[in-house]
Amino acid sequence: MPGKKQDFIDQQLQDLNNDGVDRRGFLKCMAWAGTGLAWTMSGGIPVSRAFAKSHGKDAGKGGDFSFVQISDSHIGFNKPANPDVTATLQTAINKINAMPHTPDFIIHTGDLSQLSKPSEFDTLDQALKGASAKQIYFVPGEHDMLSDNGEQYLERHGKGTKGTGYYSFDHKGVHFVGLVNVANLKAGGMGSLGHEQLEWLEGDLKGRSASTPIVLFAHIPLWTIHPDWGWGTDDSEQALAYVKRFGSVTVLNGHIHQIMQKVEGKVSFHTAMSTAFPQPAPGTAPSAGPMKVPADQLQRVLGITDVNYVVSGRSLAIVDSPLGDSASSASGNVGALGLVDSPLG
Amino acid sequence: MTRKNVWVASLATLVVIAMLLLFAGSPRVTANDQPPAANAAVKIDNFVFAPQTITVPVGATVTWTNSDDIPHTAVSTDGVFKSKVMDTDEKFSYTFTKAGTYSYYCSIHPKMTGKVVVK
Repeated sequence: MPGKKQDFIDQQLQDLNNDGVDRRGFLKCMAWAGTGLAWTMSGGIPVSRAFAKSHGKDAGKGGDFSFVQISDSHIGFNKPANPDVTATLQTAINKINAMPHTPDFIIHTGDLSQLSKPSEFDTLDQALKGASAKQIYFVPGEHDMLSDNGEQYLERHGKGTKGTGYYSFDHKGVHFVGLVNVANLKAGGMGSLGHEQLEWLEGDLKGRSASTPIVLFAHIPLWTIHPDWGWGTDDSEQALAYVKRFGSVTVLNGHIHQIMQKVEGKVSFHTAMSTAFPQPAPGTAPSAGPMKVPADQLQRVLGITDVNYVVSGRSLAIVDSPLGDSASSASGNVGALGLVDSPLG
Repeated sequence: MTRKNVWVASLATLVVIAMLLLFAGSPRVTANDQPPAANAAVKIDNFVFAPQTITVPVGATVTWTNSDDIPHTAVSTDGVFKSKVMDTDEKFSYTFTKAGTYSYYCSIHPKMTGKVVVK
């Protein structure tokens, strides 16, 4: 078995060495996940241009703002795939703090902890206190609701939320909805939102103008990426039906520890890298378990996601930055893995 | 007590012991007709319960061991048993005292399912 595992790791590394999860790799993902779906992407466009623009002279005007998504910190994980996940989380925070403009807030899309231990939540909270953005929004991952039905998580990060921890808020004209799809999972199924939450979502969106930009965020992808590995949400279609009438919908997820993007109609889907360890591309390994890469490669497969909302351009740009980049490269050579521009109206 | 009485008492005691042995022995003979309750192991590796279906006699104890770098659970779909979270190399055991088919899954990764058949 170790030999088998090594084989697929080598294959993954080979892909990495071929210019990272680059345009080629991204196109490969597209080909795989694009079946029957309309894809748009700007993988061939130098990401640095969009990054520079959003942080350049246009930034800060009117209602423009940016926020950062981080995901899957797995504090407490200490296996070979990354023996020091607290250090890589700190690197992610340093990266956020080095941004030319302080993001308005941070969204953490779950798996804060490895085993839902109080000490793990403590470590995460302590590290995030050092972030330039003081407002942090959370949704839980399955690792945050392991043995206590999420009590520990809800007590710390679920104040004022409904049910298993879902909620919504408005920021500068954009409506954000944090959904929980890791509670009460059924045997043989994938992620699940459940009837109660779906009903709440329908009510939450009712009466809002169709021109309101919507951002949905949840831990497990709200689109089916790889059913065999449970990389999808059984009842996500119902949730997506409720947002159909809106002119611009962005869906941000974690869980799969790698970037996947899809644009379907007015809905842009995006998954973020982990700050802890990478996972294999769908179906390329015996399981979705942590993928070990050589230490000097690790920061290339971990990262943060910078989301820029520019009112004047009516566009929302998503830039993924691996941790391995130095902050000074932000203006010219971000080395981001992919970028999607989606019209907001 | 006379010598004769002692002999009678001894004989009576022997008879009682023999009868006790005879009666006590009967069920033991029946029990020996069946194989003893075997304990069984289920390994969790690469997000799979192996073997996925395991058949054991009534009274057997099944032990799950997690060999993954990610925590798992073994939870009966009918609420019969529920493991704690098993981190790497941690184990969970359950003794099956009634015949039946017990379906279970990992409540963290519900795509992982297995069955214990108790005969």
